Amino acid sequence: MRSILYVLSAFAVMALAFWAYRENYATQQQIKEVRSLHTQIGAAHARLNTLEAEWAYLNRPDRLRDLADLNFERLGLLPIMPDAFGRVDQVIYPMPELLPITDAIEVKGTLEGEEPL
Amino acid sequence: MIRTPLRPLARILKARQTGENPDVIEAENKRVRHEEMRDKSRTRAEGRLLMLGLMFFFAFVAIIGKMGIIASTEPEEPRTALVSNPIINQRANIVDRNGRILATNMDTHALYAQPQMMVDPARAATELAAIFPELDVERLNKDFTGNRKFLWIRRQISPEQMQQVHDIGEPGLLFGPREMRLYPNGPIASHILGGARFGREGVNSAEVIGVAGVEKQFDDYLRDPANEGAPLQLSIDLTIQAAAERVLAGGMMLMNAKGATSILMDVRTGEIISMASLPDFDPNNRPQVLTTGDQSDSPLFNRAVQGVYELGSTFKIFAVAQAMELGLVNPDTMIDTKGPMTWGRFRINDFHNYGPQLTTTDVIVKSSNVGTARIALQIGPERQKSFLETLGFLKPTGVELIEAASGRPLQPKQWSEISTMTISYGHGLSASPLHLAAAYSTIANGGLQVTPTLLKQDHATMGERLISETSADAAVQMLRQVVVRGTASFGEVAGYEVAGKTGTADKPKPTGGYYDDKVIATFASMFPASDPRYVLIVTLDEPVETSGTEPRRTAGWTAVPVAAEMIRRVAPLLGLRPQIEMSSLEGVTLTSN
Repeated sequence: MRSILYVLSAFAVMALAFWAYRENYATQQQIKEVRSLHTQIGAAHARLNTLEAEWAYLNRPDRLRDLADLNFERLGLLPIMPDAFGRVDQVIYPMPELLPITDAIEVKGTLEGEEPL
Repeated sequence: MIRTPLRPLARILKARQTGENPDVIEAENKRVRHEEMRDKSRTRAEGRLLMLGLMFFFAFVAIIGKMGIIASTEPEEPRTALVSNPIINQRANIVDRNGRILATNMDTHALYAQPQMMVDPARAATELAAIFPELDVERLNKDFTGNRKFLWIRRQISPEQMQQVHDIGEPGLLFGPREMRLYPNGPIASHILGGARFGREGVNSAEVIGVAGVEKQFDDYLRDPANEGAPLQLSIDLTIQAAAERVLAGGMMLMNAKGATSILMDVRTGEIISMASLPDFDPNNRPQVLTTGDQSDSPLFNRAVQGVYELGSTFKIFAVAQAMELGLVNPDTMIDTKGPMTWGRFRINDFHNYGPQLTTTDVIVKSSNVGTARIALQIGPERQKSFLETLGFLKPTGVELIEAASGRPLQPKQWSEISTMTISYGHGLSASPLHLAAAYSTIANGGLQVTPTLLKQDHATMGERLISETSADAAVQMLRQVVVRGTASFGEVAGYEVAGKTGTADKPKPTGGYYDDKVIATFASMFPASDPRYVLIVTLDEPVETSGTEPRRTAGWTAVPVAAEMIRRVAPLLGLRPQIEMSSLEGVTLTSN
């Protein structure tokens, strides 16, 4: 009986040792992954920062105004002025759609001055 | 274990037969047994001691070993700990009230040389001079071939330049990473932002420190890693700032002014929506501070905050508002305006003669110096001084700019009665346009004190009450009349009910006395008059309007049209709809009356 206990505890120790060994390596692997993720996040931050700076630079008011002036014929953009505000009753109702022609009458006529056929 | 008996029977019997004492045998056996026991316990004790000694030895070895490892390895950041934002900028961004970037960082490189590592110094010098034209070949050559072990060549280089330097292929030319401060909008809001420069520099990094404006004021906040890169949000609106600067620049050119400034403030929160000062500069390439001459001629000079000027008739409304508050006058009280008014050796004159009497409203509308001086005399020096002090005219504005402290108002050494009279119409007390904006905001805000701020506020702040609501409303209505039928008639913007007061002050000569042909023209306005939301101050330095037969310098001809154009451009951007003003119908009496 006692020897079985000894053998079992020896196996238990070996199993625990194996588990600890695996956990150790798994943890180190995770740390490595986290480290590489941090590096990626850092690079993404740097990229994002550059993109934001570029976006801000390309959207600077001076440039937008110059672009609006250059493309005035196509876009017709003007600085917003007080007369740009309207009232609700200035908005027209949508035009009623034309009903489909159901009973078409064929009409034949002649243009003025044209010889009748 | 076989136990040996102390009195073995065989030996005892034998001893008895031979007549020996059997106790000797027992004693002998006892001795042997005791010796065995002693030897055994000694070995055991020795074993235990050895064990203990070994344990101590290994414990010490472990501790010493760990200490050795700690001492000999590079320190490492604990990366397994949970961090929300692991990599942040060295310096936080500055954004406007809508989150648009005003200042950010960009990765760039610095170029340095280690001449002892160079292969062909002469060639490196010529090639470098070809890439950077401002470098001197002779000088570089001397540096590269001399005793120097290290020298900086350029603080910042572009990626293209970096590639060109790479292409030289010289191992002695090296790059260090740098974070560069970038202001993507160029000169817009330059005086507010200020600028930044490199502080202590190493090969691998350099600190970026603010030199002026909010960059310097909030230097600690912007560099604090505990904020995890949270941006600094200002109350400025980039679009409005850009529009205001453009209108102001146009107005400054048309009115031939040498400088101009404008401040747009939200009267409920005290937020400065836009603050422009011309001429301005590009904070990416900050000009040098003037070493000679007048600092106010430098583009670095922030006229809105640092420039203290006598702001002229814009001050009249304070005297009238205080007199109404004290119950001395009401809008219809007749004031004696017979000029010139003599006081000792001083004579106070009006621009025109407005006749013997005017109502209080008309004193403001026609901008009568004599009338205001008489009202101020009723108030008296002490009460006037304490009122102007509560409005903030006697100390620098507390706005969050490092330059604000230098905008200290100039006040008379002795606040005599003549000072009271001149200050009532804006002479003898110099203050910055921002002081004026804060004081007008107080009137526009129904008499509650307004503190100007450059930081975005979440809700309106309730300041201390300085004037009663009725007096403040009456003052706003007077200012509205100035635009409707007074000196600021060019200030009318359809739908925005502009109210305001003009002020034209002669510039003081540095030698004493005043110039005849140099003025500071100011228009202090608020809109819409029925429920003032914003205060706009426009000040032009030495404007002259030359479309007429003779040059005109009064604010009504110079600052007012610029301010009107600015309101026309800026009010829609602020989201204000033009209101249709209802004129009272003649002959109709409302049943509610």
